[in-house]
Amino acid sequence: MGRRVGVVAVAQTRYEASKPAQHLQDLAFEPVQEIVEETGLRFTEDGGGIDATISCSQDIWDGWTISSKNVIDGAGGHLRPEEKVAGDGAYALYYATVCVMSGHYDCILVVAHTKESQVDGRLIENFGLEPMYTRMLGLDYTCCAALQARQYMHRYAISEEQCAQVVVKNLGNAVHNPKAQAFGFVSVSDVLSSPMLCDPIRVLEAKPPSDGACAVIVATEEKARRWTRRPVWVEGLGCCYDRHYPGYRDLSDPVSLREAAKRAYSMAGISDPRREFDLVELSEYYAYQELLWCEGLGLCERGQGGRLLESGATRLFGDIPVNPSGGLLSGVPVNVAGLNRAAEAVIQLRGEAGKRQVDGARRAVVHGTAGACGQMHCVIALTVD
Amino acid sequence: MGEKVAIIGLGQTDHKYIRPDIDHEELINQAVRLALEDADLTIRDIDAVIMDNMDLFEGHYLADAMSVDGAGMYMKQGLKINTGGTSGASAVAAGWHHVASGLFKKVLVVGWQKQDAAPSIAALVTAREPFYDRGMAAGAVGIFATMGLRYMQESGCGEEPAALARVIMADNARRNPHAHLKLNLTVDEVLKSRVLVWPVRLLHMSPTSCGACALVLGDEASARRSPKRPVWIKDSVTAHREQSVWRGGCVEPIPTTTALEVAAAKLYKRNGITNPARDIDLWELYTPSSWALFSWMELYSICDKGQAWRLVEKEAIRIEGEIPIEPSGGVVSTNPIGASGVIRVAEAALQLRGEAGERQVTKKAETAVAAAWGACHWIVNFLLSRNA
Repeated sequence: MGRRVGVVAVAQTRYEASKPAQHLQDLAFEPVQEIVEETGLRFTEDGGGIDATISCSQDIWDGWTISSKNVIDGAGGHLRPEEKVAGDGAYALYYATVCVMSGHYDCILVVAHTKESQVDGRLIENFGLEPMYTRMLGLDYTCCAALQARQYMHRYAISEEQCAQVVVKNLGNAVHNPKAQAFGFVSVSDVLSSPMLCDPIRVLEAKPPSDGACAVIVATEEKARRWTRRPVWVEGLGCCYDRHYPGYRDLSDPVSLREAAKRAYSMAGISDPRREFDLVELSEYYAYQELLWCEGLGLCERGQGGRLLESGATRLFGDIPVNPSGGLLSGVPVNVAGLNRAAEAVIQLRGEAGKRQVDGARRAVVHGTAGACGQMHCVIALTVD
Repeated sequence: MGEKVAIIGLGQTDHKYIRPDIDHEELINQAVRLALEDADLTIRDIDAVIMDNMDLFEGHYLADAMSVDGAGMYMKQGLKINTGGTSGASAVAAGWHHVASGLFKKVLVVGWQKQDAAPSIAALVTAREPFYDRGMAAGAVGIFATMGLRYMQESGCGEEPAALARVIMADNARRNPHAHLKLNLTVDEVLKSRVLVWPVRLLHMSPTSCGACALVLGDEASARRSPKRPVWIKDSVTAHREQSVWRGGCVEPIPTTTALEVAAAKLYKRNGITNPARDIDLWELYTPSSWALFSWMELYSICDKGQAWRLVEKEAIRIEGEIPIEPSGGVVSTNPIGASGVIRVAEAALQLRGEAGERQVTKKAETAVAAAWGACHWIVNFLLSRNA
């Protein structure tokens, strides 16, 4: 087994529906500048600072082929190593961890950015479907998600109210998150009376489009201990692909999430996730997904996501708080999402989460996903000494 | 450093201008099957799959998601890398990191491009910064034209040596069964081909190809059990560069310090290489235009500044020559962009195995440098060796 890897620091922009004053480069530079100033680390060649950069973005979202081009100036890529993960931000953190474990680098800056405001996200999602048979059906990810929601709700008798309660919980948690775009104390009836997006998904039940960027620095154990008083350790990671065609999959059974979680948990030596984790930051692009992903992450039996929520266990003061940050429903851009989940978990494990702090948080699980109906998943287990 | 990493399997499709007969998944699948067969493995033996593709060229989002069946990624770990022309080599580097981490024993790397799906130049113009640079609608040709013009001015090289370099690449490509353009050219024909942006002529530029290339990377134990001779990845250096460097109020047209120089120097220093022309037996560089070849040779310190064209005139870069460069025929003969970087590594590995058939270099090949170039003078290079 390779070396132990620790998170040294995290930084994020505020997430907003639109940031017209910021060019993509400015947007990505904001958290990089903050993290570099906070840690005092520089981009060096001698092993005394940041060795390499891993960026995370998508050409098609940036409308810019080779989208990492617009961040390398500001993120230390000039005449230095920079690699880009074209996927969810959790994969970028996963990859950075693998790179440090390989011994090829000691310290890596991870930065993810996306401005959803300047493109038609539904069109892009349609381009995310295979071109021969599926794309011309005109589906976007919300249409696909509606199919998944219906199958899941039908199979396990998940109610619309249970899904709406996810929104109530997450937007309520987001009230205490200074970076959140959407927040507020809403009721189940507010959610269920919001306009229908794609039956059964309503406007408040979908992640709002968002602009923002997030940066994380990871390093070897020795360097992480030297550079921060509160290192957060990556103790397990795993990812997994499911099939592409929604029709080939049992959409109510996230097999690839269960497999990714199994890999991460076995690396971290976790046998009872519900008991061993103190909090969960997962990627719910739609409200029902929080319930389904809880099942995939092994926090409850299959079909019990709704009951888990109703028991109050996933609330901020429950025994396994899910998305104390407010989750993606509070507005985080696609691609940045998984890295933002990790950053929020790190803030919690350091005890720096203010009013949304989970008491005694020592171990967290982070989840990122991409593709229609959660085709691929990445799970990362974090802990503190 | 982590675990030792070897290339234990490789496979590539025949590269063509259009492939109306198959879709992208079938294209990928051909390369994956060949690589697994070469390594005498099945997809069940693979722990992770790294994919690369410039998905905006085909108008895709999450091209890995829609290629799961073709690449054998179902229920596998893995991710997608995308760094431009360097993508393929960045993906191989990702595979190298994965195996070296000790978490994965065998990793499949697959790069592909199906440029018949959409006009890739439409995506390529978006490679420029939108406010200041994009109005130029610059693709790759302009970059090589300024590079060639400056090279002519500084070195005294004329059009003939560049044409000869193109002829040599065509001669190499005819000996490579997978190459896209297998042209039978003379210097005169190159000099008469249509000017795109002088001194770049049509025949000086790489084609748009469809193709895929896959590698299987393994740890030391896997390499020892491999039926083919393993080729070891000794080191890799990545260097990127700012898109535009402002000098006195205008964009510097050709960078004075390039990532190529920086990355090559770092690779040599870390591996005790003092005389690259002597210490490296063959080169699979990534020269999308004949004019780039001269610059690359000098930036890699294969020869002194201003001398590359003289080496080409002496035909030292031929398969039978002292300094074989791109015995595969290079990117100027075959360019399925996402696959091109993987092909460079695969071709160099084939040479080190001694299995390159008609294009096998004459001299004894122990070490090779494979590299991919992209965007604005970015580079990912590899030092490969027959010995662990």
